[in-house]
Amino acid sequence: MKNTSLLGKMISHREWLLGAIIVLMLMGVGYTAPFFVTPSNLAEAFDDTSILIMLACAQMLVILTRCIDLSVASNIAFTGMCVALFNVAYPDTPALVTLIMSIGIGVVLGAFNGILVWLVGIPSIVVTLGTMSVYRGFVFLISGGEWVNAHEMTPQFLALPRATFLDLTVLSWIAIAVTLALFVFTRFTKTGLSIFAVGGNPKAAVYSGLNVGKYQFITFCISGAVAGMCGYLWVSRYAVAYVEVAMAFELQVVAACVIGGISIAGGIGTIWGAALGAIFLGLIKNALPVIGISPFWQLAISGLVIVLAVIINSRSEKRDGRRILREAHQ
Amino acid sequence: MMNEKALKHPMTKDIKDLPDNLNGDWRNKLMRWETLLMVFVAIVFFTNTQISPYFLDPWSLSDATFNFTEKAIIALPMALLIIARDIDLSVASTIALASVAMGFANTMGAGPVELALVGMAVGTVAGFINGWIITKFDIPAIVVTIGTMSLYRGIAYIVLGDDVYRSYPSDFAFFGQGYVWGILSFEFALFLGLAVVFGILLHKTTFGRRVYVIGNNPTAALFSGINVKRHRLFLFTLVGLFAGIAAVLLTSRIGSTRPSIAMGWELEVITMVVLGGVNILGGAGSIVGVFIAVFLMGLVTFGMGLMNVPGIVMSIFTGLLLILVIGTPIIWRRAMTARKMRSKTGE
Repeated sequence: MKNTSLLGKMISHREWLLGAIIVLMLMGVGYTAPFFVTPSNLAEAFDDTSILIMLACAQMLVILTRCIDLSVASNIAFTGMCVALFNVAYPDTPALVTLIMSIGIGVVLGAFNGILVWLVGIPSIVVTLGTMSVYRGFVFLISGGEWVNAHEMTPQFLALPRATFLDLTVLSWIAIAVTLALFVFTRFTKTGLSIFAVGGNPKAAVYSGLNVGKYQFITFCISGAVAGMCGYLWVSRYAVAYVEVAMAFELQVVAACVIGGISIAGGIGTIWGAALGAIFLGLIKNALPVIGISPFWQLAISGLVIVLAVIINSRSEKRDGRRILREAHQ
Repeated sequence: MMNEKALKHPMTKDIKDLPDNLNGDWRNKLMRWETLLMVFVAIVFFTNTQISPYFLDPWSLSDATFNFTEKAIIALPMALLIIARDIDLSVASTIALASVAMGFANTMGAGPVELALVGMAVGTVAGFINGWIITKFDIPAIVVTIGTMSLYRGIAYIVLGDDVYRSYPSDFAFFGQGYVWGILSFEFALFLGLAVVFGILLHKTTFGRRVYVIGNNPTAALFSGINVKRHRLFLFTLVGLFAGIAAVLLTSRIGSTRPSIAMGWELEVITMVVLGGVNILGGAGSIVGVFIAVFLMGLVTFGMGLMNVPGIVMSIFTGLLLILVIGTPIIWRRAMTARKMRSKTGE
C-alpha cells in the first residue's frame, strides 16, 4: 500500500495532514476576522494552549505503552493547590523553587499510578480512574474546600508564566522546551525508543529483555511530572486555586492525542502529532468566539472531531480493539 | 511473567477449577467474590446502625435507594458489556442528551408516557451509534465512547446552553418519585425486576453464554459461529436504552434538566460493575455480584451522608475502593499460584 504521490504521502503522514488542516482553519478564521491571525493574538492563543500541548505530549508516552493516564487533571488540581498553599505559608520562596517543587509532587503522584500498574498489575484505566477521584478528593482535604485567590499569592509566584521573552510568554517557551525535550527523548534515547518497542509488541519486548512494566512506570512518572508542573503553571496563570481546577481536562488531553494520530492500541505516534492535536483543539477553542459561534458548541465539536479522527485512524492501522485494557506484560 | 500466564489460564485439569463452575465444594463457595461482598455489606450495615439512630428507619432506607437506583439500572447492561470486553464511557452524556430531548418534547406538549418513550428512544439511538461506529470501523470502544461522551453532552449544551428545562407534567413525577407498594418506590421495584431479568439473561440463556465466550476469546467466538459484531452492537444499544431509562427516572425525580445533569456518573457505574467482581478485561462476572456491589456502594454513601461527610471526600473512598477491590484479588491470586507452584515442585 505504498502511495508515492505527494498528496498520498501528505495524507498518509497524519502530522502533515493535521498541519494543513490547522493552516486552512487559520486562513478561514483570518478571512472573517483578520485580527485573529495577527502575531500578538496568535501568541496569546498559543499561550492559552501551552498547558494542553505539554500534557498531550506526556500522555502520548503513556498511550504508547498501551496504558492511559486519566488522573492528570486531578494531579494538576492537587499540585496546584499544594504550591499555592505553600506560597501562602512561605511567601519568600522563589518561583523556580516552586516550579521544581511542583514537578516533584507531580512525580510522586505519577509514580503511585505507575507502581500500581507495574508491580501490582492493575489495568491502567482502573488505576487512574481511581486516583482521579482520590487526588481530587485530596485537594479538598488539604484546602478544606477553600479557594486560594490572587491577592493571597505573591507577585513572583504569579509572574513566572506571564513574563515575556521574544514576544512569547515564559509559559509558551516552557511548552516549546518540553515538547522539544520529549521529541529528543522519544527519538534519540534508548529509553525513549524502548517505549515504542514495549507498546508495539509487548511479547517481543519481553523476549528482547525489556521490562514492560518498568517502561510503563517511567511513562507514568513523566506524565505525573509534566502534570505537576502544569499544576503550578495553571494556578499561577489563572491566579486562583480551588478544588475543581482543570475538571475533566484529562479528556481534552486524551482527545488531543487521538486527533494527533496516537494509536490507543499502543506503539504508534509522534510527539508532533500530539502537539498538533493539542494545537488543533486550542485553535477551535480560541476561534469559536471570534467567528461568532457560542462557546457551548465547543464540547460537541471536539467530540465530533475525536470520533472522526478515530474513524480516519482506523483505516490506517487495523489492530485488535481495546488493547489498552488488557495487561501488557504477557 | 509466569504468574501472569498462570493467572490468565488457570491449571484447568479438573472441572472444578473452571472459573465459572458453580458446583465447587464449600471452600470455593466461601472464597467467592459475592460472599466477600456480602460480608462487607454486613459490616457496613452494622456500622451504619451504630453511627446513626436514623439509619434503620424504613423510610430513610427507602429514601437512600434513590441515590443509587438510576446508576444501578445502567450497571446491569454495563456488566454484560464489560464481560463482553467492551466499555461505554458515554452513558452519563447519553442521560444528558435524553433528558434534554425530554425537556424539548415537554415544551412541545408531550404527555408523561410520550416523554418516557422519547427518553428511551434517544438513549437507544445514542447507544446504537456507539455500537455502530465501534463494530463498523473496528475501533476500541474506549476511544469512541470518550468521543461520543463529549459529543452527546455537547449537543445537550448546544440545545440548552446555561438554560434549564422545568415544569414537567405532574403525572411524569411518578417514574422517579412514585411508590408502588408501601415504601417500595417505582424506581427500586423496576431495578429489582430488571436485576432478575438480567440474572436470567446472563446466566441461564444461550445469549448469556455467548457474552462470556465473546469476552473470553472473540476470535474463538467468531469461529464457533457467533456473530460477534451483532452481539456487540446489541449490547451497546442495550446500554443506551438503559441510559435512556435512567434519564427518564432521574429527570422525573429531580423535575428539571440541565446539560450538566448526571456529570461523572459513568465512573460510578463502572465502579459498581467492577466492584461486583466483573473482570475489567472481560470474560468473567456475575449479576449477583453487581447486585450486591450496588447495595454496598449505596450503604457506604448513605452512611457517610449520615456522618455529614462531603461528597468529594466520599469520592476518595470510591477511588480507593476501586483500586483495592481490583488490586487485592490480583495479589492474592498471585500469592496462591506461587504457593501452588512451590508445593508442586516440592512433591
